[in-house]
Amino acid sequence: MSTKTLIYGYGNPGRQDDGLGNAFVDKFEEWIKIQGLQGFDFDSNYQLNIEDAEAINDKDLVIFVDASTEDIKDFVLTPVSESSRVAFTTHAATPGFIVKLCADIFGKKPAAYLLHIKGYKWDFAEGISENALINLNLALDDMKKKIMDTESLIHSFNTISYSENK
Amino acid sequence: MEKKITIEPVTRVEGHGKVTIHIDNDGEIVQSRLHIVEFRGFERFVQGRPYWEAPVLVQRLCGICPVSHHLAAAKALDVIVGAGTGDGLTPTGEKMRRLMHYGQTFQSHVLHFFHLVSPDLLFGVDGDPAIRNIIGVAKKFPDLAVQGVMMRKFGQEIIKATAGKKIHGTGAIPGGINKHLTQEEKDSFLNGPDPLNIDKMISWAQDAVEFLKDFQAKNKDFIDGFASFPSSHLSLVRKDGALDLYHGVLRAIDADGKRILNDVDYQDYLKYIGEGVKNWSYMKFPYLVEFGKEDGWYRVGPLARLNVCDFIPTPLAQKEFEIFRAYTNGKPNHMSMHYHWARLIEVLHSAEMMKELLNDPDLMKGELVTKGTKQSEGVGLIEAPRGTLFHHYAINEHDQLTMANLIVSTTNNNEPMNLAVNHVAKQYMTGQKKITEGMMNAVEVAIRAYDPCLSCATHALGQMPLEVVLVDGKEKIIDRKKR
Repeated sequence: MSTKTLIYGYGNPGRQDDGLGNAFVDKFEEWIKIQGLQGFDFDSNYQLNIEDAEAINDKDLVIFVDASTEDIKDFVLTPVSESSRVAFTTHAATPGFIVKLCADIFGKKPAAYLLHIKGYKWDFAEGISENALINLNLALDDMKKKIMDTESLIHSFNTISYSENK
Repeated sequence: MEKKITIEPVTRVEGHGKVTIHIDNDGEIVQSRLHIVEFRGFERFVQGRPYWEAPVLVQRLCGICPVSHHLAAAKALDVIVGAGTGDGLTPTGEKMRRLMHYGQTFQSHVLHFFHLVSPDLLFGVDGDPAIRNIIGVAKKFPDLAVQGVMMRKFGQEIIKATAGKKIHGTGAIPGGINKHLTQEEKDSFLNGPDPLNIDKMISWAQDAVEFLKDFQAKNKDFIDGFASFPSSHLSLVRKDGALDLYHGVLRAIDADGKRILNDVDYQDYLKYIGEGVKNWSYMKFPYLVEFGKEDGWYRVGPLARLNVCDFIPTPLAQKEFEIFRAYTNGKPNHMSMHYHWARLIEVLHSAEMMKELLNDPDLMKGELVTKGTKQSEGVGLIEAPRGTLFHHYAINEHDQLTMANLIVSTTNNNEPMNLAVNHVAKQYMTGQKKITEGMMNAVEVAIRAYDPCLSCATHALGQMPLEVVLVDGKEKIIDRKKR
């Protein structure tokens, strides 16, 4: 049985680098189609929301992609831990919250990662800034390699989750 | 000396807000305010852009209600391209937009009730905050949580089918719409496998109304007495007085139900609606000009709509509307927590409207766009989930936007939200020396009843100074900061 993978970018493309997640999905989907790879679904939205718990419940692997204001070099891929922390607003529902909701409602959850891509500009405007574009392309190159072995990503996630829960 | 209690942030409302409650030495509430500290420069940002971009540009305001802004902007531009107001579109154009709008209202109300409000009702205002949230609901009431998730998903799929995509939808264009509904989309919504079909959505919407009525019957003191105060109410209504969330005339009633704004054309809204500014908030305070800044404020949103309209033009929601109106003997309902009851009746109405529209052949064929003689100015109004939403634009001879004025739903409810906060503060905090989690949440519950979206309610960078003043019991200013 082939692995079912969802690549889910979120952010507001009308706020410059906040659209990094959406831009990643657009470019990655195009690349996956060219490669002829099967088992991939793609989605983009302004922010994560409760119905995303349903969207991920039948997936084996989910890669959330979001812009980051954190002090990181260019991009970081981190496993997503379940989180009961209710976000301040629904603008800010976290991947961990969605995974937790999925597990509680549907009794199962996918292996999930969050790909943070560093952004720099957040004004009312279309388009990714020059520096953020560099980070976007680096993240794309890295993910193109990793995604060729989804089983490994799932295995790594499960290993991390197992060791965290021990 | 007067003490100031600050609750920040207000959890589970859209955007950011801050509440300050001023108390004196005896613990008496002196004043309570909902402060808006976030602002948007949106109205300036759109100036100079080609007018046809507005319906897409305005979605940058907020990721919570982009469809409402998309449609209100499109309606204003209908006037500018000479397609007239809402009833000047082709049947396909108007009905596709209506389907988009009822899908948006359905999913927005569902999100608010199941995600933000149900934890307060199911676990109580004083409930443990660790479980008083949607995760707690999912654990204790999994069927309810699934309903919320799937109803929200259905509404989102309707939006995708009508607006073209989830982000920066392009469906509504000046003068109409840019696509038909496909046979596949129609079949999926009408006859999709359970639970994602319209009949299941109607059934679940009925269940939600029953849940709320049952809760209200068992908790009358709380639901009826919490933040209850008289007010005027304002809403669009269809020309025959029916509830209509997409188009109509502007009507307002006073606290006794007397009509004080009599079905006027919203193109003339500036004759009737003014916007006051207070130096402690970025958010304006709209009012009915005839009654002045102090007395002209009003409520908008589901409670106001069900107070203002004469009937609901779908049978199941009409039946619930009759029960709702009978509860106050046909008089206006001023109970803030009854917003939730009204909101769920609108969920049912929206589901019924979607079914009616999905069965309409006009969605799959016919002309999409109406054109006419270009105008220099246009106003678009819709009843967004949170209340009446005003978009007003003017253009120059180069088709560039020269003016934009937005009065968003949450702004219309600014004064009532402040009064609700003050009312609850007095009820829960007077004479208290210790602030409990439950007391703090009571203030937030009052705000949440209005389902505010604060992030798109504030705008116009530089026009409204923010000043923070700390006043003691003798009205002496002991600190002041202004920027």
